[in-house]
Amino acid sequence: MELVQMQKSLQDYTKSLFLDNLKVEESVLGVIQKLEFMGVLDSQFLQLQQLQDESNPHFVSQVVTLFFQDSDRILNDLSLSLDQQVVDFKKVYPHVHQLKGSSSSIGAQRVKNACVVFRSFCEQQNVEGCHRCLQQVKKEYYLVKNRLETLFKLEQQIVASGGMIPAMELGF
Amino acid sequence: MMMNPSQGRGLGSGGGSSSGRNKGGEAVVEMFPSGLRVLVVDDDPTCLMILERMLRTCLYEVTKCNRAEMALSLLRKNKHGFDIVISDVHMPDMDGFKLLEHVGLEMDLPVIMMSADDSKSVVLKGVTHGAVDYLIKPVRMEALKNIWQHVVRKRRSEWSVPEHSGSIEETGQHHQQRGPAVSEDAADDNASSVNNEGNNWRSSSNNSRKRKEEEGDEQGDEDASNLKKPRVVWSVELHQQFVAAVNQLGVEKAVPKKILELMNVPGLTRENVASHLQKYRIYLRRLGGVSQHQGNLNNSFMTGQDASFGPLSSLNGFDLQALAVTGQLPAQSLAQLQAAGLGRPAMVSKSGLPVSSVVDERSIFSFDNSKPRFGDGIGGHQTQQPQMNLLHGVPTGMEPRQLAGLQQQLPVGGNRMSIQQQIAAVRAGHSGMLMPQQQPFPRGPPSIRQPMLPNRITERSGFSGRSSVPESSRVLPTSYTNLATQQHSSTSVAFNSFQQELPVNSFPLPSAPGLSVPAQVRKPLSSSSSYQEEVNSSEAGFTAPSYDMFSNRHNDWDLRSIAFDSHQDAESVAFSNSEAFSSSSMSRDNNNNATVAATDLGRNQQQTLSGMVPHHQVYGNGGGGGSSVRVKSERDTAAMAFHEQYSNQEDLMSALLKQV
Repeated sequence: MELVQMQKSLQDYTKSLFLDNLKVEESVLGVIQKLEFMGVLDSQFLQLQQLQDESNPHFVSQVVTLFFQDSDRILNDLSLSLDQQVVDFKKVYPHVHQLKGSSSSIGAQRVKNACVVFRSFCEQQNVEGCHRCLQQVKKEYYLVKNRLETLFKLEQQIVASGGMIPAMELGF
Repeated sequence: MMMNPSQGRGLGSGGGSSSGRNKGGEAVVEMFPSGLRVLVVDDDPTCLMILERMLRTCLYEVTKCNRAEMALSLLRKNKHGFDIVISDVHMPDMDGFKLLEHVGLEMDLPVIMMSADDSKSVVLKGVTHGAVDYLIKPVRMEALKNIWQHVVRKRRSEWSVPEHSGSIEETGQHHQQRGPAVSEDAADDNASSVNNEGNNWRSSSNNSRKRKEEEGDEQGDEDASNLKKPRVVWSVELHQQFVAAVNQLGVEKAVPKKILELMNVPGLTRENVASHLQKYRIYLRRLGGVSQHQGNLNNSFMTGQDASFGPLSSLNGFDLQALAVTGQLPAQSLAQLQAAGLGRPAMVSKSGLPVSSVVDERSIFSFDNSKPRFGDGIGGHQTQQPQMNLLHGVPTGMEPRQLAGLQQQLPVGGNRMSIQQQIAAVRAGHSGMLMPQQQPFPRGPPSIRQPMLPNRITERSGFSGRSSVPESSRVLPTSYTNLATQQHSSTSVAFNSFQQELPVNSFPLPSAPGLSVPAQVRKPLSSSSSYQEEVNSSEAGFTAPSYDMFSNRHNDWDLRSIAFDSHQDAESVAFSNSEAFSSSSMSRDNNNNATVAATDLGRNQQQTLSGMVPHHQVYGNGGGGGSSVRVKSERDTAAMAFHEQYSNQEDLMSALLKQV
């Protein structure tokens, strides 16, 4: 193994001796609790809906679908990267960064926030923390995916029944 | 606020459809800013799609692109086909800042940077690289609606201002000169290089109206119609003439009018020269980021403002500390650091990036400004080399920062030529495409730098990686990719992590002492407030800057506590926007009410910059709205703040060293 990698391994291992994994878990749990207080979506999603109109009747679902495709890929890459014996944070970080950007752009608030935590563990080069974060990000991601898919289905049902999708009124 | 998704539109700017418009042809803009031609570049397909849709809703003409290289070639093929470029910062094939520089050099278009990364250092980079604005993702429509202002602003700054150039109505000299000098095919005309839009400009029906109205008329409509002003293409030859003129006059004394006279290029206006000079100065500044200690010479290149950046640019030891603090530093590195730290001057890098470490090491060990260590050699080499010796003529994103650090020590005082030649080469680079990398430049630096490199390599893998590209040492347009890929890591992991910053992504240092330039993040729903206000309000929201490992507040350097402050703070801190918190302590927005507090490490230390005063800056404070970030810098206070950080770092450093 290359010297660098060996050093990295040593670093990680050494750090792990100091770091109490329980605390990593606790801190991430703390984050999760906070996440759970917030909505799965934020007002950015509303911005997207505003972009949809007669000339672009499926804009939201198109964008969201694109987001899902792209995110699936990213999460996959992340899993692979973190599973390496020696984690290359230079690969991990950009993925997390992009996921943060795209999730924030569609309003997937919790995914975005989970990415923010993830990113900070990346910066610390904390593998354990990163794993934990990836878990959390995935969880949030599947959650929002599930919710949105349900939303779209409902909309489709309404449209299929000849109805109009009601305008959403939210105080923001 | 009521949201009516079913209604969709209505957010665009108030006009009807734009009239048809030939690229480079007649300028008939009826419903400006409708039809503004925007090129948007982002490798994230989701964002790209959303942006495109938003821009279309603003009635702009949008071209989207997911690769920087493609964007560049599009722009080159169609030099006047776009009015403005919006680009992401982190892209896999090319750094956004690099693209920014290219576009600025070659096409002279306004470029807006955007990113999910709102760390100050990155935002500042945007500023120093000449971005006209910096948007934080998620980008909101409101932010996009107003981008046309940048186009207008840029063009206005390049227009004839009636003062000396003769009022337009008189069909002053300039215009007359411009007329005959302008040929249909701009490429033919070496001397003037004024493109054929000049013809249109003159001959369009709007002419007479424009002439009267250019006298500082500020109305949007008329200004808009003037947008199709002739754009000067700064060819190699032209730039050389420019540089020669500037040298003759003396960089500081060079004023556009005199430069223009010296150059004696028909068709060139004072304003063309003025804007070019402005850019030239920016480059010089960037190159000449000199430490205080070295100040003498380079100061001559810099304005008073820049002088304060001097101390900042040579970070080096500073970053090492940061690394050390993060616990990523193996023992042997610490020793090295310590050695480095001892001799180290009190300097902080501009952006907290390790870049300057390369240079600084030198300074650390032989802290002797007066010695023109590299200058002579470089100067010598420089003069021997052809103007085209700049690396590939490709300015890179990271380079300037690094180079600033490197540069400090390189140019010998008074050896203006070296820098100017560099600039010339930079300019030269634009004339073609990316200059063929195999330019025959002997790379003066190598001979000088080689001795340095080995040192670097042993001590700082990451940095050496960067510095090992000789070309990059002095010149702005450095081969970006070279730097990124080199790894001479023999030491700490930490450095590797820094290296990361270069290639793809800024891997924000936990310490990120960075340029503590206050950045204002404005969200559409909140009224713009002063920096101070935002700082205060955001600070109020936090019980403690949890990840601020480098502030004096956290004196416990135990790794455990460093890692877990986040935890504790996560509990105690309200969920405010993490990005804002971490980077600039700006109150973010309504969107991200709940933030993960336990996030970005230490980036917020500079929040202590109560000394920072919002200062209106180049980018204006116009209706940027949305998530645009206005970076304002008060350099004096920035300098002070940096020093403050610096001393903190020293404490940290010694504390850390004791512990390990």
